[in-house]
Amino acid sequence: MTASPVVPSPFLRLRQWWTRPSAHPAKVAQFDRPLAPWLFVAPQLLIVAIFFYWPSVQAVTSSFYLEDPFGFGAAFVGLDNYREALSSTEYRNIAGFTALFAATVTALSLGLGLLLAVKADAVMRGAGAYKTALISVYAIAPPVVGLIGMMMFDMHIGPFTKAAALFGWEMRVGIDYRDTAVALITVAVWKQIPYNFIFFLSGLQAVPSSVREAALIDARSGWRRFRDVTLPLLAPTGFFLLVINITYALFDTFGIIDVMVKDKPANNPITLVYKVYLDGFKGNDIGGSSAQSVILMVVVAALTVAQFRLIERRVHYG
Amino acid sequence: MAEILLEHVGKTYPGGTQAVSDVSLSVADGEFIVLVGPSGCGKSTLLRMVAGLEDISAGTVTIGGRVVNRLEPAERDIAMVFQNYALYPHMTVRENMSWGLKNRRIPKDEIAARVEEAARMLELHPYLDRKPRALSGGQRQRVAMGRAIVRQPAAFLFDEPLSNLDAKLRVTMRGEILKLQKRLGTTALYVTHDQLEAMTLADRLVVLNGGQIEQVGRPLEVYHRPASTFVAAFIGAPAMNLLDARIEAGHLRLAGVDLGRVEGEARAVTLGIRAEDLQLLQSGGLPFRIDVIEELGAGRVVHGFVEDQPLCVSLPSGAELPAQLHLGVAPEALHLFDAITGKRLPQSVHRSAKVRA
Repeated sequence: MTASPVVPSPFLRLRQWWTRPSAHPAKVAQFDRPLAPWLFVAPQLLIVAIFFYWPSVQAVTSSFYLEDPFGFGAAFVGLDNYREALSSTEYRNIAGFTALFAATVTALSLGLGLLLAVKADAVMRGAGAYKTALISVYAIAPPVVGLIGMMMFDMHIGPFTKAAALFGWEMRVGIDYRDTAVALITVAVWKQIPYNFIFFLSGLQAVPSSVREAALIDARSGWRRFRDVTLPLLAPTGFFLLVINITYALFDTFGIIDVMVKDKPANNPITLVYKVYLDGFKGNDIGGSSAQSVILMVVVAALTVAQFRLIERRVHYG
Repeated sequence: MAEILLEHVGKTYPGGTQAVSDVSLSVADGEFIVLVGPSGCGKSTLLRMVAGLEDISAGTVTIGGRVVNRLEPAERDIAMVFQNYALYPHMTVRENMSWGLKNRRIPKDEIAARVEEAARMLELHPYLDRKPRALSGGQRQRVAMGRAIVRQPAAFLFDEPLSNLDAKLRVTMRGEILKLQKRLGTTALYVTHDQLEAMTLADRLVVLNGGQIEQVGRPLEVYHRPASTFVAAFIGAPAMNLLDARIEAGHLRLAGVDLGRVEGEARAVTLGIRAEDLQLLQSGGLPFRIDVIEELGAGRVVHGFVEDQPLCVSLPSGAELPAQLHLGVAPEALHLFDAITGKRLPQSVHRSAKVRA
């Protein structure tokens, strides 16, 4: 008997693992000494503690203090740092841009990744070459992507700037707020497409060929087949990528933004994460920066919970 | 409802592999045709060409008077049942059946009525709002049939639909498919590698070998007059015994025993004998050395040798058998094939005046 088609979803496995641990009685290792299992997990725990819990606690603590820029002392100020951040117009503007940036980057990179995956999936001849070409971008480090982006959008030699000029659009990336935003989004999307492409492609290839053939007999329109059969079967992959992409847009674009905006004059768009860095490490306002990062953490946590609650319910896992 | 006409149909894959060559077949309206053959004989390819899932390299396929070579699968007015059901896993049983109709812009109440009717016929009512995942293999296969039925197509195409079911369910479903097809009177093309399924379902059998038709005919006709050694060995269980024999001086001789009068020059022939056509004799006949006995309950299949040639015999269950048996066979139950080409020879064997059987 064949199993019903399963589109691989890392979340599903995770979920099964934690909601029904007894359903799959996994191998149970028996240790003679009670200390042994702790020793085995110790390295991992240590890493998590040092690089995640400790900084988190530090961030939360220092968000309640106003620190001397030179580190000579700190005064407890309660929620002042939060109040200041949330009431600042600049902070709100950046939060607004961050939301727009995250939404646009996620939507575009998911959409284009899916489009390319669907098209690459249909290619029979030379499929390997296409896939390699599309995936290879993923191997480029974010700062390098930022550099390439800067060259592409350079005011003097950038091909994109020249192309825009053909349509009468004088792009001034690094000077004009909107132009810089367009460049940032373009480069961030370009960097993320390969990741989505890989996942969507493997998701597509997990759709059984007989199901596609049944659809071929049932529906003449390719769009209907895609909308009613392929897309729902890709939903678990899509949901996984949605979470990953939002996180990417919020956090992992730091390197790109840093390279493209750093040392540029004028008022350029940045995201919240970059502002945390600017205030904390350039402005030496550790307290304010910590408060911002705590706010960001809460927002992302809330967003992820909301996604799981609202969207995952509609996702069909094979 | 429609007839299907295949004319010199061929399939060549890129790279030159010839999967099907020069197949011509005319299927009457309402006929149940079974394409049967071993794996790799091109039967599935042929079916998929009719469905439109494979391009047709040569020849024409006509369904209901319409050449469909260049039509999309959805435009061919056919419905297909796949081996692994191919249900849409995210849709309920009801949606699985109605989706194809929706795409054809059939009015809502008409769709509801057809789904209702199909569900009644296939006893799928309790499951209409379930997803395929929650169904057993047999139920899934019924849904797949339902999806085909509601379409009211010109022809049903079945691609080994029972292969994924267990043996008992297979027999039940076989009966259901047959009843359903007779009741609806829809032309059906059915692909299987199981000769028993082929025998029981078919109005006419098409035996395929190496991408070509070996024989077309009613099941019993194919069984009783196989056109070649290939068909003889493929149809019927246990497989027909094929032995090297000789025509000598107007007599057919096997292992030095005269089996009957036959016309023709002295030559080597392949002799076909069905296991159930052999009988036990007290003495004389073919000397048979027993090797293995398979007890089947209702009967037994005895494997052994006549001289050095393997032979199997179907016998009723009963007492212990001695190591050496004497076998006899009626001359009219003998099949003669060309020793080289394997094609059936026109001669038949007649009782010799002094036959010892």
